Amino acid sequence: MFLSKKRLGSRNDEVFYFVTNAILAVITLLVLYPLIYIVSASFSSPNAVSSGKVILFPVEFSLEGYEAVFKNNMIVSGYANSLFYTIAGTVINVGLTLIAAYPLSRKDLPGKNILMFIFSFTMIFNGGIIPNYILIRDLGMINTRWALLLPGAISVYNMIVTRTFFQSNIPIELYEATSLDGGSDFKYFTSVVLPLSKAVIAVISLFYALSHWNAFFNAFLYLNNKSLFPLQIVLRDILISTSIDPSLVLDPETMAARQGLADLLKYSLIVVASAPMICLYPFVQKFFIKGVMIGSIKG
Amino acid sequence: MKKGLARRMMNRRQLYIMLLLPIIYIVVFSYVPMLGLQIAFKKFDGNAGIWGSQWIGLQNFIKFFNSYQFERVLKNTLVVSVYHLIAGFPIPIIFALLINAVRSKRYKKAVQMITYVPHFISVVVLVGITLQMFDSRIGLVATIYTLLTKQPMPEILGNPSAFPHLYVWSGIWQNTGWNSIIYIAALAGVDSELHEAATVDGASRLKRVFYIDLPSIIPTATILLIMNAGKMMSVGFEKVYLLQNPLNLRTSEIISTYVYKVGLTGFSDFSYATAIGLFNSVINFLLIIIVNQISKKISDSSLW
Repeated sequence: MFLSKKRLGSRNDEVFYFVTNAILAVITLLVLYPLIYIVSASFSSPNAVSSGKVILFPVEFSLEGYEAVFKNNMIVSGYANSLFYTIAGTVINVGLTLIAAYPLSRKDLPGKNILMFIFSFTMIFNGGIIPNYILIRDLGMINTRWALLLPGAISVYNMIVTRTFFQSNIPIELYEATSLDGGSDFKYFTSVVLPLSKAVIAVISLFYALSHWNAFFNAFLYLNNKSLFPLQIVLRDILISTSIDPSLVLDPETMAARQGLADLLKYSLIVVASAPMICLYPFVQKFFIKGVMIGSIKG
Repeated sequence: MKKGLARRMMNRRQLYIMLLLPIIYIVVFSYVPMLGLQIAFKKFDGNAGIWGSQWIGLQNFIKFFNSYQFERVLKNTLVVSVYHLIAGFPIPIIFALLINAVRSKRYKKAVQMITYVPHFISVVVLVGITLQMFDSRIGLVATIYTLLTKQPMPEILGNPSAFPHLYVWSGIWQNTGWNSIIYIAALAGVDSELHEAATVDGASRLKRVFYIDLPSIIPTATILLIMNAGKMMSVGFEKVYLLQNPLNLRTSEIISTYVYKVGLTGFSDFSYATAIGLFNSVINFLLIIIVNQISKKISDSSLW
């Protein structure tokens, strides 16, 4: 009796596992298919793209799209600018975040709660677009690289992640041991805390770097000097707000060729722009996930 | 007692020195703009600056409430955010429950690996992809549509009623995998003895999903629901703005994009735009406080 019931149960379970796996397979394919399609289209010929022949694999393999991408000066300079903003910005972010998070993680800091409130309040209320714009303008940062490096230099969320890490991973006994030897807070921070915090430094560096590389808003608001544009602005101009320049209207055949190349360029550009972060991703995945986990612990 | 405090502060002076730069930073870049909000109640005059401009009371707000745009942008903001919440909240939970029920470790890993990828794509690229996919001339969706029906696909990108769907589902495509991480971790923490005991009692795997797995992630889900509900009215500017086109403005103009247009394009009315933005911020602020109070009462889980 017992046996047959159990067997029945496990047969139902087999159905359950099969259905689960099948649903997941469908979801995964839905995520994956557009990505594969974009990569395949980017390696196809302009004609194949603009006549909608690409379905799954590259059609009439060609590198014309990529040639066009790397011939475009705006894209190349945008790439270089974005690299600069990502590296310089992340260094500033991580430095400020660490020196804010550490003191606030210390239970013996008088006024800790008020200071913490000053930071966390900015998560639920802020000045909004226009007052921020006026501030950046009054500081003389419009059309300077600073406009992309300083606003948002501390993410309070990342600061709380870091603080939580300090609180839960740096044993208090260590501090007691070193301060008995007359160690100062600076010295303790640089020689004991930081070396033990490589994991969280990696996590927040990655969070910041990703957000710099993908940032669009500040550049959109504060820059109109083309030589300072980060990649995302260039992308936006090409991917989203292109319209055919009426002064370039040519005979229909050249027009079609041009249009084909313009269509193809978009796919290649999407690949080139997203490649750095997506190539990095398998290697740093566990750090990102760790960051989500630390952040989920109530700060 | 007072002496004690001064002494304790003195002992920790190096920590205060460390905090000095971050505090200056947050005051300048977060609190100074909050003071700038006063221009919502003023007639901003570029020469006189924020402090020198003339007070005009609630005029800007009254102008907004009476304008024909008020109802439209408020409604659009609500539609997009409520839709986003209703569709975007349960899907990662379901996804996590499914992942948790996979027995093959490799399959599980592969699914996670692939579904996290879109999270790393920028908003600009995401919108670019969406526009490419749904382009009625060369888009993949159009190609497939034509293949199946032998007819050209009707216009989607310029269709106002399609906008909320494009906005919400492109977000779900991008973030379902990533948003499920937290639930997958909570599920991994479930005591395996519970499952064993239930199996001995003859519970099927499906039953265990509902009676063991699901209850174990409810606390996490509650907190996330509070956070999401609190953020409801702060629909991000970027994606909406990038998905906008002259044809879909009827449904795609939300408060933040309208603030931008009023304040920084055309006649550039700083005061009026700030008033509209402030109206939105105050609603956000109240929402998060109310939602937090409610959850404190009913579930013991709250943000503060």
